[in-house]
Amino acid sequence: MTAASDLAPSYDLVVIGGGPAGLAAASLAARAGVSTVLFDENPGVGGQIYRAITTTPVADRAVLGEDYWAGAELASEAKASGALIVNGATVWSLDPQKIVGVSIAGKARMIEAKHVIIATGSQERPFPIPGWTLPGVMTAGGAQTALKAQGLVPSGRTVMAGTGPLLWLLAAQTLRAGGRIDAILDTTPWRNWLQALVHLPDFALSPYFAKGLALLREVKAKVPVHRIDRVGAVGKEKLSEVVFASGGRERRLPADLLLLHQGVVPNVNLANAAGVEHVWNDRQLCFVPVLDADFGSSVPGIAVTGDGAGIAGGTAAAERGRIAAIAAVRALRPEATLPDTQAIRQKLQREEMGRAFLDWLNRPAESFRQPEGETLACRCEEVTAKQVRDMARIGCEGPNQMKAFLRCGMGPCQGRLCGLTVTELIAAERKMTPAEVGYYRLRPPVKPITLAELASLPISEAERKAVER
Amino acid sequence: MFKRLADTGTAVAIVVDGKPVAARAGDTVAAALLAAGIDHCRTTPVTGAPRAPYCLMGVCFECLVTVDGVGSRQGCLIPVHDGMKVETQIGKREAGR
Repeated sequence: MTAASDLAPSYDLVVIGGGPAGLAAASLAARAGVSTVLFDENPGVGGQIYRAITTTPVADRAVLGEDYWAGAELASEAKASGALIVNGATVWSLDPQKIVGVSIAGKARMIEAKHVIIATGSQERPFPIPGWTLPGVMTAGGAQTALKAQGLVPSGRTVMAGTGPLLWLLAAQTLRAGGRIDAILDTTPWRNWLQALVHLPDFALSPYFAKGLALLREVKAKVPVHRIDRVGAVGKEKLSEVVFASGGRERRLPADLLLLHQGVVPNVNLANAAGVEHVWNDRQLCFVPVLDADFGSSVPGIAVTGDGAGIAGGTAAAERGRIAAIAAVRALRPEATLPDTQAIRQKLQREEMGRAFLDWLNRPAESFRQPEGETLACRCEEVTAKQVRDMARIGCEGPNQMKAFLRCGMGPCQGRLCGLTVTELIAAERKMTPAEVGYYRLRPPVKPITLAELASLPISEAERKAVER
Repeated sequence: MFKRLADTGTAVAIVVDGKPVAARAGDTVAAALLAAGIDHCRTTPVTGAPRAPYCLMGVCFECLVTVDGVGSRQGCLIPVHDGMKVETQIGKREAGR
């Protein structure tokens, strides 16, 4: 275990996030002779897609599937590369001067970097439906994490709802593991096919096509699937039933567990707080960083790669990580021998081929992104959709002003679970585009740290004697 | 809500609100609570509504618990250890507590 005090004061390259992008980037850079440290806040490497790849208790390889196990190679490559990989390391600050604030086991350090690669990946898109804060309602990604890392499978009455590949993958993995799924509520709007269809030929050539069809067949053979346009969680202290409707006909299913998913979006908090410029991506309905062909951001020396650069999936993330690392090595150690970038770009292009189809097909319906009435938009501060809409209607111009009025986005999650909802609600009420409305202005610390952690920062004699300004 | 696929792994004994809970090596605090069938880990500071782990990936902050005396820790990011003391949290912080 690396302790905060074991870290050097500076590294050529700091990689933040130990998923496929971060692992691939750190390995490549370390192999090219660049002093590299990778910080990851989870107990082990792998990110979400390869969660617990070195420790999973799920021994039967068929349960999680070969795509999961492909992550083992990335993890072992990174371990052998010479990069210092630190787990349990929470990065809470990054500034344009590339000073990285990190905490390990309750001790903080400020580390200088010549170059930073942000590989903080994605998070699940907020899915604000009535009752989504009840115990017993979780994200599908959360359930998948519990399966990968701890071998936990749903055992009570379980309903899954939403849209997107992860939902079907989790369903298949749960069934293979002997878990229970009572129903899948598919929220994919039929009309999405209108925009998706033109991209079908590309998708048919992508590696996801055959896998996707096989998953759908596997799951649909065992679980009833309902097309729905409305869903809610009902219960007093915890979930007791799921209410859903299609074309006005309401149905109820008693349930212990409701797993929600409507795609993933970049985890923007760290990059946003570092001052990286972001733009609205209308196809993926989220904010993405503005990047050059090497994933370099608007802040010199800071790259954003992997799914944090815009959603493309785990295998694409590794290739993106390599491209970002090659650019970093070129800047830091021009004499180093590097792999052929062209070959990596071609691989990436193949991986990204089916993305337009998947994005358009699984684009969540407006009603699942822009809640109404008493449905909570901000889970932390318990701010309802109606409050946000009313405030926008009487003149609140943007998410940052909304914080002052309603405290939405100011709870512990720092807007991660309400940011996109609040932007879209303001846009809808004020007849603006989300691009015009913008996003929360995020500031460090992007993860909570205690005063004791801050106080544990090492301080030199000169710093101690200096006058604060 | 959840069952363990295989009852393997080293047993780790933790204490949740004064009661012993059998966890496994490799569990995070949040996963151990889910596996033990503990239905919520905190209540909210605004309305006192119960909350349970939601995302298990460090994003939602619903699984905040007191771990070994330190409050508002993200249970999904902290691995369990023998003798760990976990307390569920209640509503908003009282000054001086």
